[in-house]
Amino acid sequence: MTHRAPAGRTLRVEALARVEGEGAMHIETRDGEVVDVQLRIYEPPRFFEAFLRGRSFTEPPDLTARICGICPVAYQLSACRAIEDACGVTVDGPLEALRRLIYCGEWIESHTLHVYLLHAPDFLGARSAIELAERDRPAVERGLRLKKAGNELIELVGGRAIHPVNVKVGGFYRAPTRRELAALVDPMARARDDALETVRWVAGFEFPDYEHDYTFVALREPQHYPVLGGRVVSNRGLDIDEAAFLDHVVAEHVAHSTALHAHLGDDEDYLVGPLARYNLNSDRLAPLAVEAAREAGLDAVCRNPYRSIVVRAVEVLHACETALSLIADYEEPDRPSVDVEPAAGVGHGCTEAPRGLLYHRYEIDDAGTILDARIVPPTSQNQPTIEHDLWHVVEANLDLDDAALTALCEQTIRNYDPCISCSAHFLDLTRIDR
Amino acid sequence: MARSSRPKLAVWKFASCDGCQLTLLDCEDELLEVAGAIDIAYFLEAGVAEVGGAYDLSLVEGSVTTPADAERIRQVRAMSRRLVTIGACATAGGVQALRNFADIEEYLSIVYAQPEFISTLGESTPIAAHVPVDFELRGCPIDKRQLLEVLTAFLHERRPEVPGHSVCVECKMRGNVCVMVAHGTSCLGPVTHAGCGALCPTYHRGCYGCFGPMETPNAASLGDQLEVDGLPATDLVRLLRTFNTWSPEFRDESVVRLSATPERAVPVSLTRERPTEEERRDRDGAR
Repeated sequence: MTHRAPAGRTLRVEALARVEGEGAMHIETRDGEVVDVQLRIYEPPRFFEAFLRGRSFTEPPDLTARICGICPVAYQLSACRAIEDACGVTVDGPLEALRRLIYCGEWIESHTLHVYLLHAPDFLGARSAIELAERDRPAVERGLRLKKAGNELIELVGGRAIHPVNVKVGGFYRAPTRRELAALVDPMARARDDALETVRWVAGFEFPDYEHDYTFVALREPQHYPVLGGRVVSNRGLDIDEAAFLDHVVAEHVAHSTALHAHLGDDEDYLVGPLARYNLNSDRLAPLAVEAAREAGLDAVCRNPYRSIVVRAVEVLHACETALSLIADYEEPDRPSVDVEPAAGVGHGCTEAPRGLLYHRYEIDDAGTILDARIVPPTSQNQPTIEHDLWHVVEANLDLDDAALTALCEQTIRNYDPCISCSAHFLDLTRIDR
Repeated sequence: MARSSRPKLAVWKFASCDGCQLTLLDCEDELLEVAGAIDIAYFLEAGVAEVGGAYDLSLVEGSVTTPADAERIRQVRAMSRRLVTIGACATAGGVQALRNFADIEEYLSIVYAQPEFISTLGESTPIAAHVPVDFELRGCPIDKRQLLEVLTAFLHERRPEVPGHSVCVECKMRGNVCVMVAHGTSCLGPVTHAGCGALCPTYHRGCYGCFGPMETPNAASLGDQLEVDGLPATDLVRLLRTFNTWSPEFRDESVVRLSATPERAVPVSLTRERPTEEERRDRDGAR
């Protein structure tokens, strides 16, 4: 599919494998210089923000879950938080704990899927996890076992692993009993061991030598490693309320993508996701995760995007540890949800999806009908940074042949675990290029 | 690698959330066994892409929403001995079929600043509207056990055993108290295809129809009962118009209910008719 001409080269991947959704890559060089880099997103648009208009304020958790089968809990909880914000309701205590618990399950299953089935084959020279299993079956089995533990957690709290049915505005339809949650203790303890083993496994991979001084953006909660809300912060001094998110983030529509590109301010690329969360919040990790990170050779700040696979493994370990303590401390709530009466207004909600900060905004009327909806998914925010990384990686590795360089580019894209299904359908636009 | 005589499986994605193909990767206990019994030849998300060959079985996720995809599904069909659709998008058009009631130009302008960059069709349609389909597996998302049943049935050259009865039957089998009778909770269980194991009533909520219509549902009768129980017509229309909105039984019932609703009570996006050719021309002229 690629060719090599004396004056210029074109690297093309028509359909990216081991990513969620449909994307392509197009890179052109001329006379030893990169002249064009495009991560093309051709996933067809599905118009969520359009059809949410006119729906009831109780519906976004179920409707927006369908944006992404890999991180539905993130959509459900960003939606809930935004709507509760509009209606002036706070969900705390055991219900908030249950939200954190189900979110732990999603981090575990989504990160483990990426680490073992999508990204590890790049580091080990395999085409797929199935090929990997032919060489190292115990490793792949460990990954599947860990992923399953995450799914079991979501299933118990949410009813099913993909598009859980139990999450609603105000809380849950039914709260689990202490006894039901106790059944998760043994599998989660096993998962914690598997997660620790995973950190050690990926720490032994070889990482391309590349660093960049990124702008990292993540949530910061007062006490927890970030999941549910808090301040939106960066390593360059950004420190804003969730409600101010769209005042600082600008999205533009470019020709080669059905996902909108997001920038901070005028044109500052930034990065969300595990690397950003870790760099801005490593002081909030569970002690066991901190220790494992240190053993894995991670400093307090990590700017090598290829090491994001190690950070994902550390976050899985943190999520297992957090889940165990949430289960141990769980007090059954008096009621499975708090009442939420519709009130005319605007609400904002941010949570940390496995791939990074996910923002929802809803405007509703006093009958609870949605007048306007905006959603900013993580991959939209990372897309300019991915293209930026590709640019530099190609420039620094022009001596590689086309096949090797293309493979390196694909591995670079997978550093971000791009969720193209998520990114394709959104955003309000305030600026247009091209 | 030696040529294998195992049947070749392909997994294809159209407009969708990835959740149904993820269900295959979520078969953690069975995945490596499945990979032993079936040659997973094309599954992009898993990293396998042996293109061009003929496939014994194609699983298709997602609906057709672009001109290019309308062509691609024909190619997929031509390469596949058997074709099974997985999930509400592939089987009924998915939640993105809500556009079918609306004006696609307006939808484009709500989401995109440069609508001319986007290639999309005015309707989201199920796979069976484009090519013959050998079996349709329902659900948003599909159920893992039913997916394994489909794969097993295919390996043994038999029809999958996927009962077409309603969620009510599953509720009875699970020993659930009826949420509609006992608590007055609106529930689509009586008209919804089984497969989830009556999840929602088990979690004390009404079924929201994510598996689509059962065989021969009586949606009109359920609609009457829900209205008697106090569900406003607008909410009934919303309940019918989600992930299986373009399945004929849910679509037709929602249209009937909507036409009987006083206009002022209905939010804009539910009333929208597609513009007439004349209106389209006027608007295009005004640009």
